[in-house]
Amino acid sequence: MGTVIKNREAEVVVFRRRALFAGAMILIGFLVLAARFVWLQVIRHEHYHTQAETNRISVVPVVPNRGLITDRHGEVLAANYSAFTLEVTPSRVKHLEAALDQLDKLIDIQQKDRRRLKRLMEESKNFESLPVKNRLTDEEVARFAVNRYRFPGFEIKARLFRNYPLGEVASHAVGYIGRINDADLKRIESAGLAANYKGTEHIGKLGIEGSYESELHGRTGADQVEVDSGGRAIRSLSRKAPTSGNNLQLTLDIKLQQVIEDAFGERRGALVALDPRNGEVLALVSKPGFDPNLFVDGIDPVNWDALNTSLDKPLLNRALRGAYPPGSTIKPFLALAALESGKRTPSQGISDPGFFSLPGVAHRWNDDKKGGHGFVDLYKSVVESCDTYYYQLAAETDIDKTAEFLRILGFGKRTGIDIDGEVDGILPSRAWKERRFARAAPDARKWYLGDSISAGIGQGYNAFTPMQLAHGIAAIANGGVAYKPRMLRQVTDATTGRARMIEPVIDGRLPLKAENLEVIQRALVGVAKEGTSARAFLNAGYVSAGKTGTAQLFGLKGEKYVESRVAERLRDHAWYVAYAPAEAPTIALVVLVENGGFGATAAAPLARVAFDYHLLKKLPDPAVKKAAYAP
Amino acid sequence: MLRNWTNWLFDTATRRLDGPLMVTLMVLATLSIAVIYSASGGGSFERALGQVRNFGVALIALWVVANIPPQQLMRLAIPIYLIGLALLVAVALGGEVRNGAKRWLNLGFITLQPSEIMKIGVPLVLAWYFHRREEMLSWQDYAIAILLLAIPTGLVFKQPDLGTSILVFASGFFVIFLAGLSWKVIIAAGAGFAALVPFIWPHLKEYQRQRVLTFLDPAADPLGSGYHITQSTIAIGSGGVLGKGWLSGTQTKLDFIPERSTDFILAVFGEEFGLIGNLLLIALYLIVIGRGLMIALNAPTTFSRLIAGAVSLTFFTYAFVNIGMVSGILPVVGVPLPLVSYGGTAAVSMLVGFGILMSVSTHKQLVST
Repeated sequence: MGTVIKNREAEVVVFRRRALFAGAMILIGFLVLAARFVWLQVIRHEHYHTQAETNRISVVPVVPNRGLITDRHGEVLAANYSAFTLEVTPSRVKHLEAALDQLDKLIDIQQKDRRRLKRLMEESKNFESLPVKNRLTDEEVARFAVNRYRFPGFEIKARLFRNYPLGEVASHAVGYIGRINDADLKRIESAGLAANYKGTEHIGKLGIEGSYESELHGRTGADQVEVDSGGRAIRSLSRKAPTSGNNLQLTLDIKLQQVIEDAFGERRGALVALDPRNGEVLALVSKPGFDPNLFVDGIDPVNWDALNTSLDKPLLNRALRGAYPPGSTIKPFLALAALESGKRTPSQGISDPGFFSLPGVAHRWNDDKKGGHGFVDLYKSVVESCDTYYYQLAAETDIDKTAEFLRILGFGKRTGIDIDGEVDGILPSRAWKERRFARAAPDARKWYLGDSISAGIGQGYNAFTPMQLAHGIAAIANGGVAYKPRMLRQVTDATTGRARMIEPVIDGRLPLKAENLEVIQRALVGVAKEGTSARAFLNAGYVSAGKTGTAQLFGLKGEKYVESRVAERLRDHAWYVAYAPAEAPTIALVVLVENGGFGATAAAPLARVAFDYHLLKKLPDPAVKKAAYAP
Repeated sequence: MLRNWTNWLFDTATRRLDGPLMVTLMVLATLSIAVIYSASGGGSFERALGQVRNFGVALIALWVVANIPPQQLMRLAIPIYLIGLALLVAVALGGEVRNGAKRWLNLGFITLQPSEIMKIGVPLVLAWYFHRREEMLSWQDYAIAILLLAIPTGLVFKQPDLGTSILVFASGFFVIFLAGLSWKVIIAAGAGFAALVPFIWPHLKEYQRQRVLTFLDPAADPLGSGYHITQSTIAIGSGGVLGKGWLSGTQTKLDFIPERSTDFILAVFGEEFGLIGNLLLIALYLIVIGRGLMIALNAPTTFSRLIAGAVSLTFFTYAFVNIGMVSGILPVVGVPLPLVSYGGTAAVSMLVGFGILMSVSTHKQLVST
């Protein structure tokens, strides 16, 4: 290389040139830095200023404690507990499966946790924090904390969880909370509650949890905090404390509920027990039930499928959403209608040959009892459940008049109970049939006398919910004054502790003659004393009133219905409507046992269990229970 | 009598000091202490006082070095270089690991970073070498000089300490550059280095690679490794023209800035003092470097010229790399902001450099022949 400097002067010259060159480079360098500062601090200042502000102050919603739900005696049905949960923000994790595999070495992550996470990811936005595993043990929390740096996107959060300590008991009544989904979100937004739901991840979905969401949720507070860039709060600037949700005391007597659910065992059905004096729901049973705890953090798909596809329909609230033909339980109501309209008097009777026929019509409507009940007056028609009496009554009565009367009693429309999901059921009339078969041939839209006759014994098109029947029987028990059924008894403000009782709401004062009502009441007492349910109420120690019912599902073409020959799910539904004590009723109830067979043997004993507990605090003897309720 | 005595004392204390440099230095030191006080939360004097002590020690070192004539300094070049080299090897064999890097050597009474010694040792030995070989420089001399530079640079790089290795390399390179290394060689070496990058890349530590990648696209991972840059640019940018005022920086008070009293102190400074403050800082650095280059240009011997020039340019390198890094135009490497960042070792090595400049500046009449 030719870089050889031979003398000192030349070296100095080179040095000077190089130093000047370096000086120029330094000037350029500093100019670049100065330009950078101008860019950052003048041109882009606004942008960074905004970023700095949002960096600094963060409003953290403080989610209020959800109100507690208790039964009428204060037994807790829904409570909160705080626990650690491992959460993940999927968008911050590159290989989620691999990360979960790694995590599994620290924290036991089960298949169902993974399935649930997968489902939640499908339902939610990617930047949401989703639970991976709830209720971590202290040990798991510690193990994760140490290894946290290995799992970006995962964090442990302390959360309040909802817990239903009694599990399946009263699950349809209490309902459950679940994660807020898109539909909930839209509802919240359109109700203008978006701000109050910031930070809230769960919302009541069903039952009391769903219908009293606004009471239970409380008001979200806000913590204005200075945070560092990791989102960690450094200090609180201002705080608006959250207001806890109100505590709800239900009208339910959970012990009664439990006794009844136990008595149901594996059978399907419903039982609604009301206090006829005020409409309080003492028991709201729908069997089978489900464990609401499964829903709290998103149910995993396997459990969901099991519940959703089961033939037993555990998610169906039969008491409110199941509409069944009422069978003979409709008879006392029809008898009352006949007395009121003057179509019948108590002493007027018929001679029952065992069937009913219309002049000029070959078809015979058979009575349950071969050979008939002989001379039947109104009392006996109820006590022995004589079909012929009601065939004839129906043939003589315009269906629209019947429908009008039953509607006043609350049939064919929602009772307005304070939990969602009720259905209307079907109260057949000419107009109804027109509507129902609007697209069918004119012949099919017409109301026939035969339709009336079927409806006269609670078959045919009739379909009522157990709740409607309970409401109706409670009205009879209470001397014609009907109360709106309700589940909520008292609301306690969580902050002030002030309690507010819910006032009963009269939703119908039936224009009944007292003497007519008394006739019906006497007949109902007769049913339990000497009639179809007498066996079930032997030696009860109190006087109860009731009416059995057996609703046919299986079209019997002249064949004799032999229970053992009919497939289980095609068997008759067993009904019993009742109240007690007859002289001053404090409880009115409806029992439905799906495919239970005869009302007298399948349903009435359940009413006995409920009454025994409610009136005498007597629990069913397990041995007796087994013998009496075996299908 | 007394007056004579105080005059003598003042004269002795200041005779070897350079006025403009000392004034600029004092302004920078004052700024440093103020910003460190602010960066440490504004409630505690501990760190600010620590920096006062650092400057105190460094000023003593400056005074001592300034009083050593350049010829004496030249004699110290080889011992310092060899000791530094030995310590680097010792570190490589048995140094203390801190933050995943072997940089520290525990000598029992003191832990020190030998790489800091090399920041002075390398330019000293190279200036000495060129001084000795003056008037008979051949290309072999440049080759030997490059070797003298490459060994310590490589050792520091392997610690790994990218920032310091860049500074060690720069300090030596400036000597060779000022000594007249051919442009052709410089350009060829630059091109060669660029060609070598693909081979060096796999030998970089993961975090070093990450830093380079992040520098190329900081937005890619704003909460990950682009974090430092994103946060420091927000801090500086939000400062605006006038700044938020001393002790009033929000970003820096809120822990957004990592290393905010050391490598990232400019983010605090820029946020609190704004564009005005930043331009003042650049102006102060320009004064220091300009004065240093003037001293170099007026220096009587090859050694003093080269060492003064290299010290000045190295000072520039510190400032440029740090400011560039914190303001987001250079990758993140661990280089402190000269005379402002907290740190005893950095302050001492920086002021030793100033001492050399002052020695060269005040001893020239004695050595001029």
